[in-house]
Amino acid sequence: MRSLTSKISHNNIIVLATLLLLLVLYGSGAALYTGFFSLQVFLNLFIDNAYLIIVATGMAFVIIKGGIDLSVASVVALISMVSAALFRQGASAVIVILASLAIGTLFGFGQGYLIQRFRLHPWIVTLAGMFLARGISFMISTESIVIDNPTFVMLSQHKIYVWEDGFINVSVIIAAIVVVLAILAARYSAFGRAVYAIGGNEKSALLMGLPVAKTTILVYTLSGLFSAVGGIVFTLYMLSGYSLHLMGMEMDAIAACVIGGILLTGGFGYLIGPTLGVLCTGIIQTIIMFQGTLSSWWTKITIGFLLFLFMAFQRLIVMRKEKSTIPISKNQPKFENKVVNL
Amino acid sequence: MAILTALAHRLVKQKLIWPLLAIAALFLFNLIVIPEFYRMEWKDGHLYGNLIDILKNGSPLIIIAIGMTLVIAKEGIDISVGSVLAISGALAVMLLDSYPLWAVIGAGLTVGLLCGLWNGMLVALLGIQPMVATLILLTIGRGIAQLITGGQVLTTSDEAFQFIGKGHLLGLPFPIFIALGVFLLTYLFKTRTAFGLFLEAAGGNKTASAYAGIRPKVIFMTAYAITGVCAGIAGIIISSNVASADANNAGLWIELDAILAVVIGGTSMRGGRFYLGGTIAGTLFIQALTTSIYSLGVEPSSILLVKAIVVIIVCLIQSDVFRQSFILSKKKVAQR
Amino acid sequence: MDQKIVLEASGISKSFPGVKALSNVSFALRKGEIHALMGENGAGKSTLIKVLTGVHERDEGEIRLSGRVISPKSPQEAQALGISTVYQEVNLCPNLTVAENIFIGRHPRKRGLIDWETMNRESERLLDRLELDVDVRQPLSHYSVAVQQMVAIARAVDISNGILILDEPTSSLDASEVSSLFKVMRKLKQEGLGIVFVTHFLDQVYEVTDRITVLRNGEYVGTYETEQLTKTELVSHMIGREWNETDAKAGAAKEIPTGGEIFLTAGSLGKRGSLHPIDLHIRKGEVLGLAGLLGSGRTELAKLIFGIDKADEGTLTISGEQLADMYPQKAIQKGLGFTPEDRKVAGIVGELTIRENIVLALQARKGLFSYIPLRKQKEITQHYIDLLRIKTPSGEQKIDNLSGGNQQKVILARWLATQPKLLILDEPTRGIDVGSKAEIRKLILDLAATGISILIISAELEEIVQCASRIIVLRDRIKIGEVSGESMRENVIMEMIAKGAEVYGDSDGIGA
Repeated sequence: MRSLTSKISHNNIIVLATLLLLLVLYGSGAALYTGFFSLQVFLNLFIDNAYLIIVATGMAFVIIKGGIDLSVASVVALISMVSAALFRQGASAVIVILASLAIGTLFGFGQGYLIQRFRLHPWIVTLAGMFLARGISFMISTESIVIDNPTFVMLSQHKIYVWEDGFINVSVIIAAIVVVLAILAARYSAFGRAVYAIGGNEKSALLMGLPVAKTTILVYTLSGLFSAVGGIVFTLYMLSGYSLHLMGMEMDAIAACVIGGILLTGGFGYLIGPTLGVLCTGIIQTIIMFQGTLSSWWTKITIGFLLFLFMAFQRLIVMRKEKSTIPISKNQPKFENKVVNL
Repeated sequence: MAILTALAHRLVKQKLIWPLLAIAALFLFNLIVIPEFYRMEWKDGHLYGNLIDILKNGSPLIIIAIGMTLVIAKEGIDISVGSVLAISGALAVMLLDSYPLWAVIGAGLTVGLLCGLWNGMLVALLGIQPMVATLILLTIGRGIAQLITGGQVLTTSDEAFQFIGKGHLLGLPFPIFIALGVFLLTYLFKTRTAFGLFLEAAGGNKTASAYAGIRPKVIFMTAYAITGVCAGIAGIIISSNVASADANNAGLWIELDAILAVVIGGTSMRGGRFYLGGTIAGTLFIQALTTSIYSLGVEPSSILLVKAIVVIIVCLIQSDVFRQSFILSKKKVAQR
Repeated sequence: MDQKIVLEASGISKSFPGVKALSNVSFALRKGEIHALMGENGAGKSTLIKVLTGVHERDEGEIRLSGRVISPKSPQEAQALGISTVYQEVNLCPNLTVAENIFIGRHPRKRGLIDWETMNRESERLLDRLELDVDVRQPLSHYSVAVQQMVAIARAVDISNGILILDEPTSSLDASEVSSLFKVMRKLKQEGLGIVFVTHFLDQVYEVTDRITVLRNGEYVGTYETEQLTKTELVSHMIGREWNETDAKAGAAKEIPTGGEIFLTAGSLGKRGSLHPIDLHIRKGEVLGLAGLLGSGRTELAKLIFGIDKADEGTLTISGEQLADMYPQKAIQKGLGFTPEDRKVAGIVGELTIRENIVLALQARKGLFSYIPLRKQKEITQHYIDLLRIKTPSGEQKIDNLSGGNQQKVILARWLATQPKLLILDEPTRGIDVGSKAEIRKLILDLAATGISILIISAELEEIVQCASRIIVLRDRIKIGEVSGESMRENVIMEMIAKGAEVYGDSDGIGA
């Protein structure tokens, strides 16, 4: 029994809880509504949420590092706006995609640099980043701009059949690649491990000779890049640029991370977590859609409630852990040598 | 040591001087570029003009920022104020059809108090990080507000209710008096009771204050509760001013403005000392900036951009590292 | 012995704003030696270590590694040069596995990806060498501080290229752990490693080191062969004055106030996992000492009495009234005061002024609404600044600006302002300078003379013998005896602590 409990570390407990929740939600949806248990409904979860999966995965790195990035939603909106504006100027799809990636990366780098170099609060810096990105979008246009670039339209409508008539699209493939890369990077790259180390104890990481400054900047840069990729995917999904796109989506991304078992105090969590978290919220949305009479704000309330549950759950686990690990805590016996001479 | 004292005193004063200087600079700029900015009018026994507008439109923000100052002093944050404001406004307007005004106001304040206590419970009792704990109410709050309004914009024609946001007293808009009242009450609470001392002590060092017999949890709960009530008041003012409740847009992003005001006002995000006067000055600066941008005829959409840049500049000025590397400063810098 | 110098620092100076931390300090480490770096708090030991390991950049001077001038600008660079360090606090990441803590930053790789298998295997091999039997796949937080410390050493040894710096690594280890650490150190020395060993424990220095360098107030005092330096000489080099044997004994024989009424009684007071049920009573005006090693239950007992931790058995009676449950507010109402051992964490509120720090407990007792007027606050503050001779230009200074000794006096003033009946002083003189130490000790005796009861906890037996009129000895969370009068001598207590339960049977005899 002991070995079993020790194997289920609190990392796994939360992910297991998320999986369980996923099954319960999906099961109840399937039991309650006819047509819910169909392959396409399931695949649509991925199609509709591909951008969120990507953005939340980027956010996960930041949170594991012990930071936060509030600018992600605004960056996605900015990317949609810049893409639309560039297309209107007659740019090609390749240029638009490259420009988007460059903007996201630079934006993230700038935030990371300010946070690391001047020891500013990530909260404040990314909040300013959020203003800045929305502000720039507003400056480009306050209207919604439709995108009719043939390449984007083609990419957007292209169906990839996976099983009989069930299909996904390019965005889902991109999201899948991003998630797999993120999982590999987190587990098997020096950068990924440094992120965990810094999230665990930044001072130790520094003294162990890890490139803390570089990693911190890189984490925010990565989040910017992921937001840009998410932005491209979202632009494909909406085929429009609008500065008010996705208001408050940064909170959805954070919620997905929390529900997916990423500890907000940093240092813990699996990179598959955000995807699971997004699927949970996606299923809730689908259920509310199927239900028909409930209004959309119930989604917000349910997600908020889930957020609360998972946070309380995280806290309980951490609290229990603090109690059970004997020697870390100050109250517990330590031994000291005789200090009689001085 | 005497020099140190003098320096310390100067620094404390500087906290208030920064936002005041910023306002002065802004006003000077306006004086040169848009002199008509200062035009005041006396019409129907009421005073009108940009300066009055700054005070009037800034009132809800002042009230919220005062609450925010208290939670930031405890090294916390409350990002749910916008949502709480929306709930209180929605509830007030909804109840107005069937209940007397005092009950409506009472309900708005009570719901604010409950929301504040909820946040306080998560932060102080469960020990969840403030930003994350209040995120829950930020998310749920708008949902609840929409639930109350049924997803529509509720309107009211109750004149007594509209007086709160639109009325005038002694020729000045009534919200100014409410903001002043909230400020005075909080200021008295800070200086005439031990609350200020307890909050600064608990925000500065929670363990030490607990050992000295303070109950940090109670203090933190109180700070969040006050913030909740402040949001409730602001909600009533805003919905009264526009004679309607909009669950989606009322108080949207006001939490960001409030945090910005507090930080500009000199209260550190790391908790401890707090400056109510600084917060007021910070709020007025933000509101003056917004009003100036409008009267300059610049596109209102650029306000976000300007705010973003202001936030960064203010934070950089407050950053020890930044001052050390770019401005010669004698202030002690924490060695890392 | 090989006399080759592997690491040499000469003329090192380093200033922080307002403080000259090091001035013209020199230090040389030979190949295959264990070299102690000694000095009191604030002597500059840790600054020197930090300069050597690139945490701080030096202002002046030169560091040579095997004759080549180096200037590491980060721990990373120092590590790359082969200088690795183990710090007092375990500087590892508790959330990572044991193996990863050893290899992070230099993971073994296979096809560009981190090779976890090899890493785990290598870690097991390394820890075997240190005779440590742990599951390297578990998160580090599963293990005790001692194990974590050994893991840190394993990492450092593996990285090191001839130089290992151990910065107070033994402060959280028990005797057997220390001896196994010394075994490892000697083995590494045989392998030709130069080891810098920073410690406070004189015995350990004489047990394991070859040479000693002493620093004082940021200045270099000298380097000595361990064998040729007596302990007394070493101590006098460290504190910069002749060691006076009579100092330590002063005040040892005191009368036991048996006549005073009993103020506080603890009956079988205990808490599972932290303290076995204990009986004690404190009389009015009595100084009761609690002696024992860290972890013996001394601080735990104080926290139970003051209500910071909740007792799960036993009774607590104050002035004849039995209290059902205890918490700090109530303790303060009943006239208790508590100065915690960790001043920075649990004592001062650094950002507030001296005045605010002093009135804090008094105000907390009066409650939120009976605010003490500012004028009255200033009066109280000035009164205690004068009474305790707190060195400050005014009560409106930030307490952070004071020295440790003066900060401690402010905390004492905080409690005196509440006019306490019992003061619990946990390590009241830890980490403060010699002069303030003496002053605070005298103050304790003066306070007791005015009728305040005092419960004093100290790791320094000398201090406790000097101040207390009766001493309760704790070991492994059990009260093993009580001494007073003639038998209240350092060596008696040491023997009790060292031998523990065996002496327990006799201790009644000692106490009588």
